[in-house]
Amino acid sequence: MEAWRLALSSSIRGKLISAGYTSLSSISSVSSSDLARDANITEDEAFEILKLANQSSGSNSCNGNRSLINGAKNAWDMLHEEESLPRITTSCSDLDNILGGGISCRDVTEIGGVPGIGKTQIGIQLSVNVQIPREFGGLGGKAIYIDTEGSFMVERALQIAEACVEDMEEYTGYMHKHFKANQVQMKPKDILENIFYFRVCSYTEQIALVNHLDKFISENKDVKVVIVDSITFHFRQDFDDLVQRTRVLSEMALKFMKLAKKFSLAVVLLNQVTTKYTEGSFQLALALGDSWSHSCTNRVILYWNGDERYAYIDKSPSLPSASASYTVTSRGLRNSSSSSKRVKMM
Amino acid sequence: MANKLIGEMGLHTKISNIFAARNIITAKDALSMPEFELMELIDVGMKETKSAVALISEATSPPCQSARSLLERKVENEHLSGHLPTHLKGLDETLCGGIPCGVLTELVGPPGIGKSQFCMKLALSASFPAAYGGLDGRVVYIDVESKFSSRRVIEMGLESFPEVFHLKGMAQEMAGRILVLRPTSLANFTESIQELKDSILQNQVKLLVIDSMTALLSGENKQGAQRQHQLGWHISFLKSLAEFSRIPIVVTNQVRSQNRDETSQYSFQVSLQQLH
Repeated sequence: MEAWRLALSSSIRGKLISAGYTSLSSISSVSSSDLARDANITEDEAFEILKLANQSSGSNSCNGNRSLINGAKNAWDMLHEEESLPRITTSCSDLDNILGGGISCRDVTEIGGVPGIGKTQIGIQLSVNVQIPREFGGLGGKAIYIDTEGSFMVERALQIAEACVEDMEEYTGYMHKHFKANQVQMKPKDILENIFYFRVCSYTEQIALVNHLDKFISENKDVKVVIVDSITFHFRQDFDDLVQRTRVLSEMALKFMKLAKKFSLAVVLLNQVTTKYTEGSFQLALALGDSWSHSCTNRVILYWNGDERYAYIDKSPSLPSASASYTVTSRGLRNSSSSSKRVKMM
Repeated sequence: MANKLIGEMGLHTKISNIFAARNIITAKDALSMPEFELMELIDVGMKETKSAVALISEATSPPCQSARSLLERKVENEHLSGHLPTHLKGLDETLCGGIPCGVLTELVGPPGIGKSQFCMKLALSASFPAAYGGLDGRVVYIDVESKFSSRRVIEMGLESFPEVFHLKGMAQEMAGRILVLRPTSLANFTESIQELKDSILQNQVKLLVIDSMTALLSGENKQGAQRQHQLGWHISFLKSLAEFSRIPIVVTNQVRSQNRDETSQYSFQVSLQQLH
């Protein structure tokens, strides 16, 4: 591997190369004081360079019974991890079924759809459902809600929280076989207390917040879901340079993935829709372009089919493509029955 | 927040100077490019760049609030928890009190359905004192299509709120609080709403009505995508105006008939249809 691939500032790199250290093997075979003298840099800088060089050269120094490459896991071990991964229910069993049980933690899921289809509703529902305690089959975690459009309605969150508590109380009735709703520890206001709300007003704030989330979540370890409503809004209007926008968005997607893996939480990104002219007609597609569509692990598209709301798994490494219908009721997201459909214009 | 100065964030002087030398003055400048590019630009090691970006990000991030404190603040500070009642029982119940404050509400409908009437009623009830469910403040009514009729408003007042309206001088007081603007062009409109930003708080404006948004464009010449972009800035501005001053803003829009065949679909819907 060449020395110019190392993540160093350009002036130091320049000095290294002009001193003749063009490959990693030449760097790792020399001591830090010799390197400092030859390349005309300080001892500290030389030490940093040596550390970087040794990391990148991969491990020929592997432990016998560990894996061949540092940091790799074998697929059998990962299977056990994947199966025991908790999932966040959407309160709609049809939707949960096509999602394999719910929104998976450790993954970035993108949910997109036209205005009014229920993206914010799903966001609020998930931020309440993540808090369902373990004894009811939930994660007992907290939620971060990043609002870029001002769509978060706190009264609606309270409504959904109240319905959730009522459902839990009914469930305890069934569990203890006395079929009488029992008091539950959690109260709706407590649920609201555990939703960390951020209002973002520009793409700069959005990028800053994503950078800052690592520190924030380290201090609030029970956060189990991060919802961004929506990731598109500020990037669609204010960013003029599309090439730059793609690069910034890819970096942001990577950061979200790292957060998901590091803290074992679910990242849900809500996206808007745009029309593309392909194959001779206008078609709907999720916003932010083709490069962005590669960035998320899972993609769910919400759409209207006649007067009913449907969700379609558009992209997933393990789930088959499938559609399921859902409704938005006063209690939140639920399975659809024939009566609750879109109101027709008179 | 985006324009926060890097110089005042408490960064190490050396890095601060490097940023300034490269013309990276605000948080926006620093965060608008991927970290690798920034590192190349300022010619500093990766670790140092990362910690500088982390500090800038922390300083620029919006503050955190729990949803509970959001609710409590609304209940405490805002009249009727931040709602303007429409006096239509079912609607008020569904909207948790009425038209919400701090956001943009759009009234959509075909011609003749009553959008302008609705707006006039809202303007009237907003001007009322709190005891009668009003916001006790001024109303700015931007009437693009000249649909506002003061005679109709007074008639509404006399019929719906007789106890108030029959009191001496009340009609004059209430009607006097509704300020009607008739912009002649988009540029005129733009100017007016920019002026509003400062005068809203000073003059106790509690409601802004724009009837109608689409009529503003009918006089202008551009077509298609450019047409949409024209109002893009105005909508953002109105949105932030609403949030900043915590007043409701009501906007009306027209409907256009759409052919069933014209409805756009996703590519997977097209392929599903082709299968059948």
